Amino acid sequence: MVLTWLVVIPAIGGVLAWIASARSNSLARWVALAAIAVDFALAAGLWISAALTRHGTLIAQQQAPWIPQFGISYHLAMDGLSLLLVTLTTLLGVVSVAVSWTEIQDRVGAFHFAMLMLLSGIIGVFLAYDLVLFYFFWELMLVPMYFVIGLWGHENRIYAAIKFFLFTFISGLFMLASILGVFILHGSATGRYTFDYTTLMAAGGAIPYSFWLMLGFFAAFAVKLPMVPLHTWLPDAHTEAPTAGSVILAGLLLKTGAYGIIRFAIPLFPMASGEVRQAAMILGTVGILYGAVLAFAQSDFKRMVAYTSVSHLGFVLLGIYAGTRIALQGAVIEILAHGISTGALFVIAGVLQERTHTRDFDKLGGLWAAVPKLGGFTLLFAMAALGLPGLGNFVGEFMILLGTFAVSPAIAIVATVGFVLSVVYALRLVQRSMYGPNENDWALPDLGAREMAILGGMAAVIFWLGLNPQPVFNTARRSLESVRQILTTSSTEARYDK
Amino acid sequence: MSFVDLQAILPLLVTAYGGAVLMTLVAFAPGRRFAFGGALAVLIAAFGSIFGAFPASPRQATPLLIIDPYSLYFAGLVLIASILVTLLCHRYLQPREKTSGALFALIVFATVGMITIAASAHFVSFFLGLETLSISLYGLIGYTRRRKQSLEAAAKYLVLAATASAFLLFGIALIYLDTGTMDFLRLGPLLASGERSMSAYLGLVMVLVAIGFKLAFVPFHMWSPDVYQGAPAPVTALIATGSKGAVLALLLRLVYTTSTAPKPWLFAVLAVLSIATMSVGNLLALLQTNVKRLLAYSSIAHLGYLIIPLIAGPPIGPLSIAFYLASYFATNIAAFGVVSVLSAPMEVGEVEEIGEYRGLSRRNPLLAATMALALLSLTGIPLTSGFFAKLYILSSAAQRGLWALLVIAVINSGISAFYYLRVLIAMYTRADGDQTPFPKPGAAAALALGFSVAVIVFFGVYPTPLLKLAEAATRIIAP
Repeated sequence: MVLTWLVVIPAIGGVLAWIASARSNSLARWVALAAIAVDFALAAGLWISAALTRHGTLIAQQQAPWIPQFGISYHLAMDGLSLLLVTLTTLLGVVSVAVSWTEIQDRVGAFHFAMLMLLSGIIGVFLAYDLVLFYFFWELMLVPMYFVIGLWGHENRIYAAIKFFLFTFISGLFMLASILGVFILHGSATGRYTFDYTTLMAAGGAIPYSFWLMLGFFAAFAVKLPMVPLHTWLPDAHTEAPTAGSVILAGLLLKTGAYGIIRFAIPLFPMASGEVRQAAMILGTVGILYGAVLAFAQSDFKRMVAYTSVSHLGFVLLGIYAGTRIALQGAVIEILAHGISTGALFVIAGVLQERTHTRDFDKLGGLWAAVPKLGGFTLLFAMAALGLPGLGNFVGEFMILLGTFAVSPAIAIVATVGFVLSVVYALRLVQRSMYGPNENDWALPDLGAREMAILGGMAAVIFWLGLNPQPVFNTARRSLESVRQILTTSSTEARYDK
Repeated sequence: MSFVDLQAILPLLVTAYGGAVLMTLVAFAPGRRFAFGGALAVLIAAFGSIFGAFPASPRQATPLLIIDPYSLYFAGLVLIASILVTLLCHRYLQPREKTSGALFALIVFATVGMITIAASAHFVSFFLGLETLSISLYGLIGYTRRRKQSLEAAAKYLVLAATASAFLLFGIALIYLDTGTMDFLRLGPLLASGERSMSAYLGLVMVLVAIGFKLAFVPFHMWSPDVYQGAPAPVTALIATGSKGAVLALLLRLVYTTSTAPKPWLFAVLAVLSIATMSVGNLLALLQTNVKRLLAYSSIAHLGYLIIPLIAGPPIGPLSIAFYLASYFATNIAAFGVVSVLSAPMEVGEVEEIGEYRGLSRRNPLLAATMALALLSLTGIPLTSGFFAKLYILSSAAQRGLWALLVIAVINSGISAFYYLRVLIAMYTRADGDQTPFPKPGAAAALALGFSVAVIVFFGVYPTPLLKLAEAATRIIAP
């Protein structure tokens, strides 16, 4: 039951916030904040109790018939990986409600409703153990995000919103076709027609046409991730979304792609995943380098951060398909650390936008003297983005490269170049916004208590991930084991085949 | 004809006699309110009588009509659609026509036609039902006489319906010439025996063309956007839902009862029709700036999707058609319902250009939300019944291994998102011009919209009850 509560609390909070907004906007904000904070407390409580008690791979599970005629059940389950991602979701949920406190003044109730529905959808994606339920939540994320970008975004928001919608919707339809293919082909092979993840996984890839079916899933996940060359929606969506939207996009929506690959694309189609492994690693590396180079060339704060996401998620893709224990653990840390560090950079961009009404580096510059606290945080999170040891991203990227080296030294060496490039863009980010002469005579208020609390909290998490990542490893370890086995065995088989 | 026969055709009797009595009374009391209440009473009584007829089913009542769970299911759908359309007409007609009593009687007569079609077991009853429906629709489409497009649309529909009837009659004659029967059940074995001459097949193709005209399959779709645009918005809702649903129900029964042996050529023709219909419908919808025309092309595309389960066949095929139609009815009535409510205060015209929907979310948030929900359901987004409808259709394709059709449908669904989004965006962007709030819908229209929204949302979350009903209804025609 606790899993259902995790999913529905934000949704209920969203409805209540909308109702409350008729009375006062600040009441709506408090309601939304309370709902997501309760959800966060629930997730954190689950994590603590899971860490203290012995449990199997699954920490919690719930199953009820939903559409029995079609073998569709309401099946939620939580393992270590889901737990980590749900915790991240609720944490960034708190952040995104908090950053919108003064930024969103128009249709406050509807905004919080959309945000909280979106969070419900994301949490559902991380918990669904039935393919139709998963797709249900997957599409459920789409509409609220579309409205968040399209209604509360910046100048070019409609274009960005449509592009986001079409990319994800169309790729999602291919996944739907694959889901149905799995359902029918598995059913006709075994006589058991079901969408249940556990049952389908037990079939161990004995599904015919698994390569094509896998591609359907992979298309949806690769667009979300995003994998070069399917990334073009991302810079537009990230740049045009309001701050909270950018935080959720970068911090969570992209992660649903990575999660989908780990949870569905690889375990359901082990052989096919072995076949695309090399290609995926190469595309991941291309993403690392391409994203970093493009990030360097941007003059818009948010657009630059958006491209760094392409680069960082390239690391995640590489780590997942490298498939060694170290690389997979690295990918998980990278997912969490990127969520926090990039989220924080978008928060900073939002703070700057609110004060200066611009995100253009040519108009910014020399802000350190005016806003030293903001400058400090900018430097810190830029350092996190470039992979400074002691901060979370370093742990992730280093482990990914280490794990990849064991599989393919050549790819690991090329990917390491991404490290160098990240230094270039991260330093440029700080340089162009904070250092130099204050030519435009910016005189801005520094961070307020609310903003200090948001950024301070995120900084604490990024330090924690960098200095003591062991609890995360312990939590995620069991969930990653099956993926590791699949990729290491299937690729050795593939090698013997040649 | 026994008493049980009469019990079986009770819904039809109630609607037909109710309509006739209403028409007579309207001549003396032409007021809108009286006719409205009378039509509503007749339709609701007919809906109630379905439960009275159910114990008598399945039953062949006279050689013409077959009353089984399948025809009762569609009779129920059609009656609900007519009730909702009646509710929508109430306020809509107020400023337009002083004597609007006949319109409500015509809705009841159109319903008689639709129920007859859904219950047909014989070409004669099919033809009678179709004519009853078409003749009522001429009147309904052209009812708002002061609006030019309305008259134009009525004339177009007249030509279309006459063409379709001509094809149908010629086709029936050719089939009769060769087989000597017009009874669907007896036709099946005769056609399957393989000793038939060309004329039987030619006749079947002509019947298919007639049905294609009515359902607006490409290339017989030309009339549909003009008629959708010209007809008064509530009537458009009836054309889009009830009249198409009834004919599709007949097509499904015809295909399954007459083809005991698989007919590859028939399925090949249907596959081509399906691909052409959904692709042309969606591509042309992209170009529209008028919401009613856009919804017309969208409904063409949806009928294209609906051919897929027809080809796929049992067990999922018929069931998914029955489910899809229920969802599609609610969705289209919600969409056209919003158009009618917005147009209700006007004396002649309608609110139909996408530009006029700009800023609707501020002028009337609930109406905008209803329209948005309908559009999302047409796109097939979760939490709306359209999602499951699409899911079942695609799974019927997967079950039969129709991978090519499945992929084409998926691509089409992606294209369709684009034009539904355009309307959605317009409603939620800020308008520069008129900012006055739209008047609230009248109680009747609000009831109709609320009911449709409830159906869309409830079956979007928990489709199981409707699915069970659809399964029970379709088991009989395609075991």
